[in-house]
Amino acid sequence: MSDASTGAAVARPEGLKGVVADWSSDQRAFKGVPWGKAMMWIFLVSDTFIFSIFLLSYMTVRMSTTVAWPNPSEVFALSFGGEPIPLILIAIMTFILISSSGTMAMAVRFGYLRDRKTSALLMLATAAFGASFVSMQAFEWTKLIEEGVRPWFNPMGAAQFGSTFFMITGFHGLHVSIGVIFLIIIARKTWRGDYEKQRAGFFTSRKGNYEAVEIMGLYWHFVDLVWVFIFAFFYLW
Amino acid sequence: MAQAEAHIEGQQHPIGIYFKIWGLLFVLSTFSYLVDYYNFEGYLRWSLILIFMLLKAGLIIAVFMHMMWERVALMCAILLPPVFIGVFIFLMTHEAGYTFSTRGLFFALGS
Repeated sequence: MSDASTGAAVARPEGLKGVVADWSSDQRAFKGVPWGKAMMWIFLVSDTFIFSIFLLSYMTVRMSTTVAWPNPSEVFALSFGGEPIPLILIAIMTFILISSSGTMAMAVRFGYLRDRKTSALLMLATAAFGASFVSMQAFEWTKLIEEGVRPWFNPMGAAQFGSTFFMITGFHGLHVSIGVIFLIIIARKTWRGDYEKQRAGFFTSRKGNYEAVEIMGLYWHFVDLVWVFIFAFFYLW
Repeated sequence: MAQAEAHIEGQQHPIGIYFKIWGLLFVLSTFSYLVDYYNFEGYLRWSLILIFMLLKAGLIIAVFMHMMWERVALMCAILLPPVFIGVFIFLMTHEAGYTFSTRGLFFALGS
């Protein structure tokens, strides 16, 4: 935080007084937050509402159907030669996504430390975790489609199970897929040193910096965050 | 203003905290999986699922997304609006209950 005219550090009040001071400062409200990061946060709030509406419609149809809801514990059970283990694939997917969040958080840190290679490699590891997550989801979809589940029909009980399953996991899987593509793009830029050479970006033609890695991280952690809610409400409930 | 200066440099924190949170998230996920594995039922199941879910969500937002190191102005702008989803949940539970009861009535009367 520095004064525009003098460049000297200006102390800003903390806590609730800080909220009032920041919002009434007649300047940007989010002090010390780059605009790209603030915009990503605002996009994530809007995405939160979209996922909430999906989960809410799922809650509404599940509560209002008079047909029995299939037991997710059995539907998503998988057997490795022996007794079927309940929900095991979903548990593995959860651990994979959490691990990808861990590597992403460290990629952000190494980016700011200007350790380009480590940061890029950690982002590629994150992308690999994400890709394996999507592959498992594709396997899960194939399994359910072979069992006859459709968005309009479900042989195991309430038809709404099929509709909400494909809608919610499909939209989340789309988010993961887009995240994987952008992780590879940002990892390449980091590896090449675009942010140090002030190379213009391919899309906006603006010069980037390591905040891009943190913004990428915010998106990726959000994808993990949404999975926490889907895991709890759709698979465990 | 050490905190504000840290923002200008970007979010830099010791790597240990990420490993700790990673481990905690693994433990919490295992717990929520075990809730299903051991077939807890009823309010015990639902409250355990919600507790583990909220703890995981909180850890991801606070540490991985660096929210605990941001200024309160950003925290309010981002975290307060989703609270109003609670109103929507309240409305839709009542709507769903009403639909369920009218469906029950319809099927009981048989026409």
